[in-house]
Amino acid sequence: MIGLRRTLLSAILMLPAAVMLQVAVPAVAQIPLPDFTEYEIPDTVHPAASPDWYEYLDLGALVVGLSAASYLALVSRSRRGLFVLAIASLAWLGFWRQGCVCPIGAIQNVALAAFDPTYAVPWVVVAFFVLPLVFTLFFGRTFCAAVCPLGAVQELVAVRPIRVPTWLDHALGLLAYVYLGAGVLFAATGTAFVICRYDPFVAFFRFGGSRNMLLLGAGFLVVGIFIGRPYCRYLCPYGALLGLLSKVSAWHVEIPPTECIQCKLCEDACPYGAIREPTVTQSADTRTSGRRRLGLLLLLMPVLLGVGTWFGFQLMVPLSRLHPTVCLAERIRWEDAGRARLKSTGVSGMVVETTDASEAFRDSGRAVEDLYREAMQQTERLGYAGGLFGAWVGLVIGIKLVHLSVRRRRVDYQPDRAGCVSCGRCFWYCPSEQARLGLIDHLTTNVEEP
Amino acid sequence: MAEQDKRLDRRGFMAGTVRVAGVVGLGGMAGVLGTQRSQSEEYVWQLDPDKCMACTNCQTHCVLDESAVKCVQFFLMCGFCDICTGYFPIENYELNTGAENHLCPTNALVRTFIEEQAGVRYFEYTIDEVNCIGCGKCVEGCALMNGSLYLQVRHDRCVNCNECSIAVACPTQAFRRVPASEPNLLMKKAQELLDQKAQQG
Repeated sequence: MIGLRRTLLSAILMLPAAVMLQVAVPAVAQIPLPDFTEYEIPDTVHPAASPDWYEYLDLGALVVGLSAASYLALVSRSRRGLFVLAIASLAWLGFWRQGCVCPIGAIQNVALAAFDPTYAVPWVVVAFFVLPLVFTLFFGRTFCAAVCPLGAVQELVAVRPIRVPTWLDHALGLLAYVYLGAGVLFAATGTAFVICRYDPFVAFFRFGGSRNMLLLGAGFLVVGIFIGRPYCRYLCPYGALLGLLSKVSAWHVEIPPTECIQCKLCEDACPYGAIREPTVTQSADTRTSGRRRLGLLLLLMPVLLGVGTWFGFQLMVPLSRLHPTVCLAERIRWEDAGRARLKSTGVSGMVVETTDASEAFRDSGRAVEDLYREAMQQTERLGYAGGLFGAWVGLVIGIKLVHLSVRRRRVDYQPDRAGCVSCGRCFWYCPSEQARLGLIDHLTTNVEEP
Repeated sequence: MAEQDKRLDRRGFMAGTVRVAGVVGLGGMAGVLGTQRSQSEEYVWQLDPDKCMACTNCQTHCVLDESAVKCVQFFLMCGFCDICTGYFPIENYELNTGAENHLCPTNALVRTFIEEQAGVRYFEYTIDEVNCIGCGKCVEGCALMNGSLYLQVRHDRCVNCNECSIAVACPTQAFRRVPASEPNLLMKKAQELLDQKAQQG
């Protein structure tokens, strides 16, 4: 503040040269507190924060929501119940609590806490991160079905879903892993919380936000009418994690409660393209060529990793420009080299245009070399982080290719455990489910008639 | 059929192993973070008034339509001046409360006459928080004199975003997370004055 005062005072005294040369103007003495006869000097009052128990309430709501969603999806198989629960979650975690704290964003807090020993993460945030993961290990992605407010809002608008071509679905699905890597990279290096910055729906939850974010959110919702849950499927970094864990979950939503009659109705009903059809028997030829392809892809893996690392390392400079310290150092260097734009002051002619940040830095009296040293350190750190990020992207692409060439045998229509969000839309379409509910009597007669 | 059962079993066994490892891993991570790198309290955002340069980003970058940052008066540092540089613009004003004489764009800085001593008139300046938009114009003006006006995040308004938008836009990185039990920050000078006052009884 003193620096600011100095700058302003000299500006008033029509001494812009003093600002430029950083000539110290003696600080003005404080005007003393008057001796009042009656008046009593008031204390500064601060409004109370939101009560402490709110966070425990949120945690309670999360546990109750996860349990209810798992029960509704796996035991009572109630699409209606899941839908109501999704609306309730949207109202509570979305509109009432305004989208923070959420497990998606908590990835970054956990990453930052893991890499930066000076940052302490509130344990409620750790619990928000871990609980849905643990639930997914047992019950599949029931968090996505009805607890996540971002999922809920997209679930509501998915009314005219079209089928995304399989190749495009697989390719876009990789984006979520890349985004996860980027989110962890930026959080762990203390650069930014990108997942929160580009959360498309939080502006809606708050009925306000920047125009671009509102437009982005509206875009996702409009696309979401035709392509079910675009954010969850192609971007959500937490969804990527949950998808991986869901593959090994102890229990998972099953479409037919008894036997599958292979009617394909569920596959048509799923707006998220998450139902896999039964496989056909392979000929010996295709099997051999499939094996050869798998072998080649496995050999390709180290190449992908290497190329990814190399590309990631090239990102050092562009990545570092996002770090505030590096940004400031570049600006200072730019100004000192006389390459910043000039502006006219009217009195002393042209001076170098400064930014708020550079002015504040010069006022702080910190040595420029010190700033440069820190900026170089950060750039180097971001270079290594970029290399790791590139390796991660290479790994993700490699695993995807290998995964696609590994053959799984399926007898019935089954949900794809990674992609299925346990929304329960398919239940109602399953004749086997209708028979269970007593709505039709003879399942077998329907099957045997052509 | 027997072969298929065996295959399923093998896959089931592997899934089970990964699952157990996952639970143990997640539990371990939560445990480590929970004990080593955590604190039970929530964090809230606050800005350090010593670093603040009243750039007006607080007014424009908050996710709320009306910023959670407002101006605060630390009375012990105030000079109770007649000619307040936080209240009046530097030039072209008359010494009265007419709207054209306000530095504050929203009439949030309220000027009240207290008393006159030896021909010097003293005024109290308070913030009407309902009107304050956190633009910091008065803060910038007051910094010319005593600097008793400063900006603070108001925790009844702040929604405590995981990434504070103002913190991202702040040119001096004055924003930081503080424990929820100590949610406000003071200028160093203000803290000294408070300590002095406490010592005097």
